[in-house]
Amino acid sequence: MSSSPAFLNGAKRWLLVGIVLAAVVSMFSGQFNRYHLGVIVDIGINIILAVSLNLINGHTGQFSLGHAGFMAVGGYTAAKISLVVSPMLPPALQPLLFLGALIAGGLLAALAGFGVGVPSLRLKGDYLAIVTLGFGEIIRVIVQNMEAVGAASGLKGIPKYTTLGWTFGLAAVTIYFVTSLVNSTYGRGFIAVSDDEVAASSMGINPVRYKVTAFVTGAFFAGIAGGLYAHHKQFLSPTGFDFLKSIDIVVMVILGGMGRTAGVVVAAILLTLLPEVLRQFSEYRMIIYSLLIIILMMARPQGLFTWNRKKGAA
Amino acid sequence: MDWLLQQLINGLALGSIYALIALGYTMVYGVLRFINFAHADVLMLGAYAAYFVAPAVSSVVPLPSLTGAILVSLISVIICAGIGILIEFLAYRPLRKRPRLTVLITAIGVSLFIEFTCQHSAVFGADTKPFPKLLPEHDFHLGKLVVSSNDLVVVVTTLLLLAGLWFIVQRTKMGTAMRAVSHNQQAAALMGININRIISFTFGLGSALAAIAGILYAMKAPGIDPLMGVQPGLRAFIAAVLGGIGNLPGAALGGLILGLLETFAGGISGLSNYRDGIAFGILILILLFKPAGLLGKATVEKV
Amino acid sequence: MSHPLLKLDHATIRFGGLTAVSKFNLEVQPCELIGLIGPNGAGKTTAFNMITGVYQATEGTIHLNGRCIAGVKPHELTSQGISRTFQNIRLFGSLSVIDNVRAAMQLHCKHGMSASLWRGARFKAHEKEVENRALELLDIFKLADTRDEEAKSLPYGDQRRLEIVRALATKPKLLLLDEPAAGMNPTEKEELMHLIRFIKDKFQIAVMLVEHDMTVVMGICERIAVLEYGVKIAEGTPDQIQRDPKVIAAYLGTEVQKEAPIDA
Repeated sequence: MSSSPAFLNGAKRWLLVGIVLAAVVSMFSGQFNRYHLGVIVDIGINIILAVSLNLINGHTGQFSLGHAGFMAVGGYTAAKISLVVSPMLPPALQPLLFLGALIAGGLLAALAGFGVGVPSLRLKGDYLAIVTLGFGEIIRVIVQNMEAVGAASGLKGIPKYTTLGWTFGLAAVTIYFVTSLVNSTYGRGFIAVSDDEVAASSMGINPVRYKVTAFVTGAFFAGIAGGLYAHHKQFLSPTGFDFLKSIDIVVMVILGGMGRTAGVVVAAILLTLLPEVLRQFSEYRMIIYSLLIIILMMARPQGLFTWNRKKGAA
Repeated sequence: MDWLLQQLINGLALGSIYALIALGYTMVYGVLRFINFAHADVLMLGAYAAYFVAPAVSSVVPLPSLTGAILVSLISVIICAGIGILIEFLAYRPLRKRPRLTVLITAIGVSLFIEFTCQHSAVFGADTKPFPKLLPEHDFHLGKLVVSSNDLVVVVTTLLLLAGLWFIVQRTKMGTAMRAVSHNQQAAALMGININRIISFTFGLGSALAAIAGILYAMKAPGIDPLMGVQPGLRAFIAAVLGGIGNLPGAALGGLILGLLETFAGGISGLSNYRDGIAFGILILILLFKPAGLLGKATVEKV
Repeated sequence: MSHPLLKLDHATIRFGGLTAVSKFNLEVQPCELIGLIGPNGAGKTTAFNMITGVYQATEGTIHLNGRCIAGVKPHELTSQGISRTFQNIRLFGSLSVIDNVRAAMQLHCKHGMSASLWRGARFKAHEKEVENRALELLDIFKLADTRDEEAKSLPYGDQRRLEIVRALATKPKLLLLDEPAAGMNPTEKEELMHLIRFIKDKFQIAVMLVEHDMTVVMGICERIAVLEYGVKIAEGTPDQIQRDPKVIAAYLGTEVQKEAPIDA
């Protein structure tokens, strides 16, 4: 749809609609059952994570297994900031603090993304996957030994700032960001690099710049998601950001169809709901989950919701 | 000096186990070009096989004894080789022509499936179980150095297995076929090599090594549990990449380096908590300078 | 004083012990149509890769517009006016036909990340301009009708032509075509020859092509260089090349050359 200006006109409008809708629904949060509300916020956070990972793994064709690491950087940074600053501020300024903490967390995660993006320039495929996986583990180990953020026992008493409005407002921003980025002459470079790096560089596209941009941008939003998560659960522990969490996000991206934002959003929703649905079979929950991964890979490796990219908005 | 030597001995023993596991990763990568995440779980299954087989064996041959230990290991090896072949047949073979990413995720899925299934109370349960004593244990004192018989067993077994593996890969028809498949699957098939058989054989061989590694690891560990494979598996997998994945001597070398590093880092207070981080840090550093690993050959993309 | 567009001075490249291209001297003038021929494995594509920065010359120098290109990255060379096609087609398979062309226009794109996000009026005007230019180029090659198809679903000959369109979209001064006629039938080859001449004149660019099809090479090239085992053995007009005994020997075997020793 990038070829039709009408859609482009609408793009910003959709963003606005998304944010307003999130804010309005958020006002009625009190009407929801607390458990349901929690799950809905989880969905929003996972949407941000999956859509941002999709920029790295899907559009740009890199393979990161360390998204939980970026999330951890953002989560811990934001949580620490609000824990330190919030007692000093009047209630009216708390939302501002939250926004600041989220952005700070996102920026630090983006910096980490830069750190991972640079080695990625020399590595491909499995090697890149290992390095990003290793990076995620390194972050976890560092956090586990850092007294300032509670080390292994975790960070407690984080203020409950995350609301449905914040989460879905930011999810709308993430979706808008990634979609508009890719649907432009500049952004087509991401897909070109993913399709054929040699050809891309011969067409004047700088693969280095695109790969690093993808890692930095993806990490930034993962950091934001981490901040939302921290102020949603009000408790952070290093084990929450392990390898399994990264795998969860990767599965969302693959299930949704690499490089297809709409599919990835749906997949994020489904995969957040799945464990909740399976809660009554808690004994078998993870067994079923792992079996589902295998079956999905065999039956629909291209994702559940694939349609032709030429018509879809990325 | 003594401290250094002692750490060297401990590191060598640990590194040998990593090397055995890394060989399995690297062999599978050689023929199928993907990282078999479930390999670490086969290791765990090897330890559990020994755990369940040992009481039965002890009614025939008394345990701990060398014959008994060999018998238990042999049975576990056969069981694990079968499991390895089965995993390939059920989960990976249907995906042979699919993108490697798909297979990688499937492998992660298989690994999670085995781990969670084994943790279920109806299977092994999540608790730690004491591992039976298979061999008589004795500590040798050389001056201030202590060498346990287990460490010696580990190192000697690894050396024997490495030699055996080298023989299989370099000197047998099966090994030649394995190398051919690893070099070019299509061409190998055209030369009349039964690809499926070779791949099954490779999985069987790798899983057999994992079973022995699992038993050796369990002999040194306080007990066994369904997640016991994860940590050594991760290290071995780093070792395989470090050495240059797909390269057999590379895997052995990587395993030793990692075992030594881990023991030395563990011996230095303050560093020990960062062991996992250090292992990955070194991997990343090495890959930055040698993107194909220490012994791996960098391939230049043909334009 | 004016420089030649491209100047190779003793350009040499070695892979380990193998010298793929040895002391290659060549000058390409603006708006020239030059052919590079030679038997398989003579080093033609390697020479292309050297010129486009994919490989670095081990010895010798390459100048583009009087500027040395040692160490310059492929994408930077593209911005300095070199563009190419590939022997084994390398389109952006998952992008549509028009998006393949638009992706190559990224180089001359006046906006970056922030404009793509803000999507203001200037951005939209520019995107429209990019689209129109892409369509114009596609139209020259009669590919405009397939604009929304996936590039990899096009027939083989169309894919080859789309690669040329994509290369042109970067606004090159020198266009390198690596076996553009490979796999085409005689009619398509005939059309291709017209097209190459046409784009050379219309866009006022130099074209250098590697090609095995002698009808194409002899039919359109103004000058031809011949490589054998990485060494340039001849250079001249198509007529000169056709009569050159060394070239004939390279293509037909060494018996013709009486003084050459014949190894068993």
